Amino acid sequence: MGNNKIRLEGVSVEYGTGKGCRRSWFGRGKSAGGTVAPSTRLVLDDISLEIERGEFVSILGHSGCGKSTLLKVVAGFTQPVRGRVLIDDQKVKGPRSDHVFVFQEGALFPWLTILENVSLALRWVKDSVEKKNKAREYLDLVGLEGTADYYPHMLSGGMRQRAEIARALAARPDILLMDEPFSGLDYLTRLHLREEMLYLQVMLPETTILFVTHDIDEALQLSKRLIILSEPPARIKCCRTIEAPHPRSLSSPMLSTLRTQIYHHLGVHAAL
Amino acid sequence: MSVLWNGTNDLPGLQQIAGAFAELLGNGVLFKYSIASLFRVTAGFYLAVLLAVPLGLFLGRRPSIQRLGNPLIQFLRPVSPLAWVPFALLWFGIGDQPAVFIIFVACFFPILLSTIEASAGIRPIYFHIAANLQLSRWETLSCLILPAAAPSIVLALRVTLGIAWMVVVAAEMIAVKSGLGYLIVDARNALRMDYVVVAILTIGAIGLLLDGVMRRLAQIESVRWRVGQ
Repeated sequence: MGNNKIRLEGVSVEYGTGKGCRRSWFGRGKSAGGTVAPSTRLVLDDISLEIERGEFVSILGHSGCGKSTLLKVVAGFTQPVRGRVLIDDQKVKGPRSDHVFVFQEGALFPWLTILENVSLALRWVKDSVEKKNKAREYLDLVGLEGTADYYPHMLSGGMRQRAEIARALAARPDILLMDEPFSGLDYLTRLHLREEMLYLQVMLPETTILFVTHDIDEALQLSKRLIILSEPPARIKCCRTIEAPHPRSLSSPMLSTLRTQIYHHLGVHAAL
Repeated sequence: MSVLWNGTNDLPGLQQIAGAFAELLGNGVLFKYSIASLFRVTAGFYLAVLLAVPLGLFLGRRPSIQRLGNPLIQFLRPVSPLAWVPFALLWFGIGDQPAVFIIFVACFFPILLSTIEASAGIRPIYFHIAANLQLSRWETLSCLILPAAAPSIVLALRVTLGIAWMVVVAAEMIAVKSGLGYLIVDARNALRMDYVVVAILTIGAIGLLLDGVMRRLAQIESVRWRVGQ
């Protein structure tokens, strides 16, 4: 079985542009002989990747380049047209509660209290009292003591995001797939949550984390490996391992050089 | 001032209305008829809710089936419930049933359409989460679809109950010998306009009361979630 947790083998993903299909169907009479618009769009092009157990991998790239799609493929929400995704040498067939997706924001059920939201993921606990206690434990873990009976809309954005992480962790996943989890938050809250992600890594060393982000500093600070995707159709443009121990200082020569390189890869040259 | 008190030929005055009110209250007719009307509304309304809400939730989540059924729904929907009166009488005879049936028809389509909209409009992300946490079919229904659709459904119920109360009066003018609608027809035949006014006032007051009850329903915490969004 080896040390590989996730393996992508030549994964390609296409999205059918439903609207395009319909339009060409309607327009069939009119544009006889005209070029038929392609009804699918290649998003991921032949991506192969191996991720180790317990690794923290960040995925960077331009917006719309297919970062989220890559996560969705691993989560089993999207099926690749070519290639395959293996987790623990098993082909991914669909969403499962041991690889949990953490969405950008607003994915808590607004009609349930925070505690009920977290309890929803505690499917491995049968007893209802035990369930409540466990849910509280997970809330404590992300620093949300005393918010159990609030509804999501009563909390701030940062607290909601914490609750969402708590819910994801409550499912006891061995893979966390985080799709720009902090992008909707203010800068300070983001820094706080970034710190907490470091603690989580220490507490859950077995959990493999795939982390999609726009924030290069965030990726530098958190990840063991950085993957930069090219413009669509996305291929892996660059893959860097960061050996520096935590806590990292972004002003260290190594990281700041790397940072500049990444910006170059992403096409930013002058604005540094 | 005296016109207001004594009324004219066309409009009963306060004196007559108060007298009629006391009279109808005294002999128990007003109470009995109100109960009769309320019973018909409740029966027809609940019947519609029990059928339309599950069907709507189902159709909302199954767009292909909904597309098939939609022409039929849209064809039947604009037909006034009162157009069903002849059939209602033919099928159910004289009594409570035809009135209940007409109220049912009046309530069914508004509830059905709102429920379809509500369940079709649930954010897909919630279903991703349900799939990710491997919620069972039943849990998806009880923890996701039903509560997510609840605010829109409750709003629809509130509007529809108003419609039902409106229709019951019309339904009672034809098929039955009790109820507030019957009171109006009967009073008209006897040229007792003061009775008509009392009936109208009672209908309005009960309508207000029913809306109050439905508003309570919308105040429940887990139904109110959309307020904070």
